[in-house]
Amino acid sequence: MIPVLKVIAPGFHTTIQDEGRRGFLHVGVPVSGALDRNGYTLANALAGNIQGSACLELMGSGPELEVVASSVRIALVGSGGGLDINGRDDALVRSGQTVRLTKGETVRVRLGGEAFCSYLAIEGGFSVPLCLGSRSTYTRAGFGGFSGRQLRGGDTLQGYIDDVAAHDEMTYSDERNLGLDQPIRVVLGPQDDYFTEATIEEFLHSTYTITPASDRMGFRLEGPPLEHKSDYNIVSDGIVTGSIQVPGSKLPIVLMVDAQTSGGYPKIATVISADLPRLGARGVGRAVRFQSVSREDAEKISRVEHQQTLNIIRDIRTVSESKGVSIDALYNQNLIDGIVDANL
Amino acid sequence: MDHFRILKAADSALVIEFGSTIDRKTSGRVLALAEALKNAGLPGVTEVVATFRSLSVNYDSLVTTGHDLEGTIATLLTQSGASSRVSQLWDIPVCYAPQFAPDIEDVAKSVELTTAEVATLHASVQYHVYMIGFVPGFPYMGDLPEKLQLPRRSDPRTRVPPGSLAIATSMTAVYPYESPGGWHLIGTSPVRFFDANSANGALLNPGDVVKFRPVTPKEFSDVLRAVERNEFVATRREIAA
Repeated sequence: MIPVLKVIAPGFHTTIQDEGRRGFLHVGVPVSGALDRNGYTLANALAGNIQGSACLELMGSGPELEVVASSVRIALVGSGGGLDINGRDDALVRSGQTVRLTKGETVRVRLGGEAFCSYLAIEGGFSVPLCLGSRSTYTRAGFGGFSGRQLRGGDTLQGYIDDVAAHDEMTYSDERNLGLDQPIRVVLGPQDDYFTEATIEEFLHSTYTITPASDRMGFRLEGPPLEHKSDYNIVSDGIVTGSIQVPGSKLPIVLMVDAQTSGGYPKIATVISADLPRLGARGVGRAVRFQSVSREDAEKISRVEHQQTLNIIRDIRTVSESKGVSIDALYNQNLIDGIVDANL
Repeated sequence: MDHFRILKAADSALVIEFGSTIDRKTSGRVLALAEALKNAGLPGVTEVVATFRSLSVNYDSLVTTGHDLEGTIATLLTQSGASSRVSQLWDIPVCYAPQFAPDIEDVAKSVELTTAEVATLHASVQYHVYMIGFVPGFPYMGDLPEKLQLPRRSDPRTRVPPGSLAIATSMTAVYPYESPGGWHLIGTSPVRFFDANSANGALLNPGDVVKFRPVTPKEFSDVLRAVERNEFVATRREIAA
């Protein structure tokens, strides 16, 4: 363990996350891990890390960090935004491009206006003790990640490399498409039989809004209420990330990575695995429409999207190689400091 | 073969539902399939999660398909049933003294017993761990002797202290963490029911059996000190399920 970065200011909600905790759902331990798995995967790939390395997940506003290792290479993946390096002329290194910083330099992480959560990776990955097989933070029970909590000012983050090699920095060619206007695809069930056909039609043809009461446990939606046929209590059964439960309030809640592992409300539908990162990247205030697909389609989409992610990773190249691509447009993005969405 | 349904949780999990009630027979079928699936070691199966009346089988849709898995599970269900499951029987110390049991007097009044009788009756039976949920390591155990069965409290607590032994409806449980809760608190156990630094995290697994052993406040303190020094190991032995 090597001290790498000191937290000057923590940002709104910054936690260590990885691919999540597997194999403990049966004893009530949620998966946790990155809300937007695609962003997380890209950040690691840019930093040259093996998949599964621990990153910072940034929500709301980014942290301010000071380099305490001899040097460190940082990759930020969000949508828009960038790394504002104190004292450098070419101050802003855009999201999606790595940068090498040396001891004593400070960086403010500015989040763009689009993505709910951004990911910051360092070359070699962050080092925190493995807890139940994962480095992900589960703040509700206070374990995993950095002391089981979000970062605070004064924390020192550990890594594995004290001095990273100076070389041409890495980038990927296309801006990420977060598909904010695309429907979130679901497979109906497992308890769609608790709702009338008319209610299911209502669910599939309405626009919902993600409310501020949403967090890593669940996205609470506001929109047309969904009537149950009769009872809204079921004998508790299992929950997956993406389960859409409808409690007595009749307003749907999409259960996310930190959700409890079982629940007693009927689940009208389940978000397909390929659209979980897309929903996770969306966040408070955003609109959500749902589209029903078959399970077979969901599995097909999952394979296609996985291949697309691999293609983006394969396309990662040095900044000088990618000069042919118009990056200017990316630089000119409207940056909003400190808040997820200017319209909030 | 008895009735079951296979439900879909998108391309993330299959839910094999054996019924809609909480009873030992249904739970036995859930746990037998869980065991069969664990032994089968099917590629792509990432989690097997037992609940009261169904088993969630999570899978990686890049490795297997729901269709293939449904076929395999249907085959396993025709084969399982005769399997002899082995359970862990745990001996768990609990202090039922009033200062460790904020609700035991109210419970005693409601069920027309003395507090000592409530403790003795609660500790007289072996409890089956139906499932773990709500918070990490929280065991839903049953069935409570009928005499002790009460609805939840009308005013749930916002903070239930860790270690609290609780009852509600036909269930009993121990809160591993401080958390909100609406159950009646009739004792406290010094044992850690969840430890994120242990290999399994939770002390108990679904299908385990628990017998509570009443201890004095002095014995409680001794065990608690041992737990805090990481020197306490809960006693258990294997029994036929």
